[in-house]
Amino acid sequence: MSREDYEIVIGLEVHAELSTKTKIFCSCPTEFGAEPNTHTCPVCMAMPGALPVLNEKVVEYAVKAGLATNCEIARNSKSDRKNYFYPDLPKSYQISQFDMPLCEKGYVEIEDKNGEKKKIGITRIHIEEDAGKLNHNEFSGGSLVDLNRAGVPLIETVSEPDIRSSKEAENYLRKLKSIFEYIEVSDCKMQEGSFRADVNVSVRKKGTKEFGTRTEMKNMSSFRSIVRAIEYEADRQIDVIEEGGKIEQETLRWDDVSGKTFSMRDKEDAQDYRYFPDPDLVAIRLSDEYIENIKNNLPELPESRKARYMSELGLSEKDSNLLTASKHLSNMFEEASAICGNHKLVANWLLSDISRILNEKEIEADQIPFTAEQLAKMITLIEKGTISSAIAKKVVEELFENPKDPEEIIKEKGWIQISDEGAIKEVVLKIIQANPQSVADFKAGKDKAVGFLVGQAMKETKGKANPQMLNKMFIEELKK
Amino acid sequence: MKVSKEEILHIAKLANLNLKEEEIDTYLLHLQDILNFANIVNNAPVEGLSETIGANKNYNVFRKDEIINFEDNEALLANAPEKERNMFKIPKVIQ
Amino acid sequence: MEITELTVHELKEKLANKELTITEVTKAYINRINEKEKDIGAFVTTLEEQSLQKAKEIEEKMKTNEIKGELAGIPIGIKDNICTKGIHTTCSSKMLENFVSPYDATVMEKVNNENMINLGKLNMDEFAMGGSTEYSAFHITKNPWNLNKVPGGSSGGSAAAVAAGMVPWALGSDTGGSIRQPASFCGVVGMKPTYGLVSRYGLVAFASSLDQIGPITKDVEDCAMLLNVITGHDEKDSTSENREKIDYTLSLKNDVKGMKIGVPKEFFGEGIQEEVKQKLEEAIEKYKELGAQIEEFSLDIANYALATYYIIACAEASSNLGRFDGIRYGYRTPNYDNLKDIYKNSRSEAFGSEVKRRIILGTYVLSSGYYDAYYKKAQQVRTLVQSKFDEAFSKYDVILTPTAPTTAFNIGEKSINPLEMYLADICTVSVNIAGLPGISIPCNVDKEGMPIGMQLIGQKFSEETLLNAAYTFEQATKFRENYKPML
Repeated sequence: MSREDYEIVIGLEVHAELSTKTKIFCSCPTEFGAEPNTHTCPVCMAMPGALPVLNEKVVEYAVKAGLATNCEIARNSKSDRKNYFYPDLPKSYQISQFDMPLCEKGYVEIEDKNGEKKKIGITRIHIEEDAGKLNHNEFSGGSLVDLNRAGVPLIETVSEPDIRSSKEAENYLRKLKSIFEYIEVSDCKMQEGSFRADVNVSVRKKGTKEFGTRTEMKNMSSFRSIVRAIEYEADRQIDVIEEGGKIEQETLRWDDVSGKTFSMRDKEDAQDYRYFPDPDLVAIRLSDEYIENIKNNLPELPESRKARYMSELGLSEKDSNLLTASKHLSNMFEEASAICGNHKLVANWLLSDISRILNEKEIEADQIPFTAEQLAKMITLIEKGTISSAIAKKVVEELFENPKDPEEIIKEKGWIQISDEGAIKEVVLKIIQANPQSVADFKAGKDKAVGFLVGQAMKETKGKANPQMLNKMFIEELKK
Repeated sequence: MKVSKEEILHIAKLANLNLKEEEIDTYLLHLQDILNFANIVNNAPVEGLSETIGANKNYNVFRKDEIINFEDNEALLANAPEKERNMFKIPKVIQ
Repeated sequence: MEITELTVHELKEKLANKELTITEVTKAYINRINEKEKDIGAFVTTLEEQSLQKAKEIEEKMKTNEIKGELAGIPIGIKDNICTKGIHTTCSSKMLENFVSPYDATVMEKVNNENMINLGKLNMDEFAMGGSTEYSAFHITKNPWNLNKVPGGSSGGSAAAVAAGMVPWALGSDTGGSIRQPASFCGVVGMKPTYGLVSRYGLVAFASSLDQIGPITKDVEDCAMLLNVITGHDEKDSTSENREKIDYTLSLKNDVKGMKIGVPKEFFGEGIQEEVKQKLEEAIEKYKELGAQIEEFSLDIANYALATYYIIACAEASSNLGRFDGIRYGYRTPNYDNLKDIYKNSRSEAFGSEVKRRIILGTYVLSSGYYDAYYKKAQQVRTLVQSKFDEAFSKYDVILTPTAPTTAFNIGEKSINPLEMYLADICTVSVNIAGLPGISIPCNVDKEGMPIGMQLIGQKFSEETLLNAAYTFEQATKFRENYKPML
């Protein structure tokens, strides 16, 4: 059988760190990047006798996330202990939720590979605490435990096994990320690990009902790695089955450098988490009023923003989709448009050059280093004819490298457009003289030749000549 | 329920305890004794009764999302068996 | 009378009218400790210098009116599972032998706010698991009434120290009887408050849904005074009850006329020592004389409660003790090459056999395949026990039982058979299972002269009723005047 005879089944467990000021069970700050173990206290360091008290914002944010993903919100919920030993888990149990999560039975809508709408089911969203971090010391040969992250609040969003390709997985993750960003429950900074996924992959022959045995890859935090890992793992599983082997249910480690998955845990170490209700914490009971109140104050979601861009701004569905996929991109679009008044041009620049650079750099929209104001300024400079599109492209590159006021950039670099008639005429005449063939082509009725000549003139002026003026003057001169 | 030697070794492993060969039988005997006694919960008339979770019926005990820095950070690391650069040192863990 | 024989309310008065100074009192206790500790072994850590220095500081500050307070300068002893900042907190375990807490338990903050003087940390069964203080990793504590006998446990150091006059009063903790049973064995007063009345923040957890800190004192009035100090809502403990503060000393009315006392016949049945039964019956007669209405009734829950207790307590303990992993604090094995060794060897070398036994039992009942048969069932039985008590308290103000089936037993007598040891908790555990308050007061002695304890159980937050019932009995019987440890 060939690969086409198999279907890939993917389920994702997404961990998003909530953007609360303090940790889930103590009053330590959650801020990223502090000196090791300075954001700690007896509670998150699991000192003997210390006790947890739940942060009210954590419940609120989880409910927000549930409502934004069409979940049912539990009126009765509780916290449970998940027991296992690991040095980044100071209590040797993680406070999580087992059988009574805050949110259940939701879905998000994505586009499948044919561009058709598809619902991906969300089994549950529950609250839990993050673990600390192990740093590996290459010199002294040991590992070092930093507990600043221990106790940072997380929501874990568990999808149904509804995803059928790496592309769908990526679309789902992007959608979820954008929703969490829109409702401001998580900053979803993948590079800081505040949005990461456990990926479950299995394969089955098309047409079969039962799922195949799945493998899990934990803590993946880049879209590119996730896509590659799914594809590699699905291929690997198909190969194993084709060769008559059996897939073992296990946790694998994806290695980005070699592009392979590796077996991670000792297989005889079967986990038994011994979940039980945490006796240090009390029940969570949510009233209809509480839930209704959060619902009414939910910020605009990507779906409705998209609809607004199409109906009010006349943008295409494709462009609206792309713009709203990231809250940061969408916010930049709205802010820059509001300042310069030309949303079409702003959209064009965001979706062409800026998106291209993001792709090349493999960074997300939240890492765009310049402000909406700077982008708006650049658009205005284009509109005023101070710079050409060609120059603007260079300005964008520069904004990524060294963000500042575009006006200053073009002054410094000497990129101001030549709009002086005398200067333009000089160039036009020089180019006409140097390109007799193009002049002949034009006279023979080939209007395209003008384009070539304009291009040459732009080259000559290093892109600084005003292209409209060049065009006009070439035609005048050639018609003489 | 009869507990086997394999089971008690599995349990000890979950709990990260070593049982010496000569201890196993004693622990097994004690565990079996206590479980036999504990088994009477299975004869209790509890039909239809809900489970008690926690010893009181409080609910929604929350904390405000306000930062309080712990006053004595140094003391938090003072008991560490081994530390380096303000972190707890352990043998290398391969992830 | 010797200073160390005074109750705290007597001491307080003598300090107030300047018959005694704080330094004199502190010195008297230090001398007493130095004299008796070698016999009793009540302490893990003594704080001789610190307490004398503190005494002088408080005296100075009181002169300049910088501090006031009725209990300023009163010494106290603290069970060694209550965290004390800058002072060792060992839980009588090799695991925490060198552990110094980076923070004070909430009850310690309260004690310190009263400017009381901590004389030291008191011995206990390791991690509060045991009923004789024989499971301390450091040394056994002996019963001041008879040095061949155990003081009970797990708060054996606290009860023995109070009985021997080495501290005027002490804090203990009670998970299944760990305050009341040693109080009974040592002829002192011990109270387990309603679950949630006293903050557990800083009490090294054994079984979180059962643990409660409480007073061990010479008499009921002192018990009410110490309860005043330690109760109150704490935002750091989610299970702490948010209730108005009560002055418990006001509840001591010395009057039980019309009080309805229920006597559950099952608590006087098989397994209860004949003499204990007999003296308890005399106590019941006394209550009748005092005008209480006594009624025998059936409360057939003791065995269920005991089974439930061991399932729940061990399950919670197996998880609570996971944090002792040799990484951030506590014992780390010298024998290791890798992380797994640190975990296994540290825990195996530093936990005593009883602690390991309970961790294994607790891990077992939570493990997959057994959860429903044990833990889940136990949680249901817990509901049953609570409802049976609710039913009883619809008829009675107080339930009266023996505190323990026997008086203090000989050292070494029971520690061989764990189940037999567990059965000794039969009278006390149901109180923890239901989260109720219970108090043990001495009511008599057996023919060997060992104290017999009487337990009074009330409904949630009925500490005032219990204290009054206990106080009225105490005033009528004068146990302390009639019996004293032969030290």
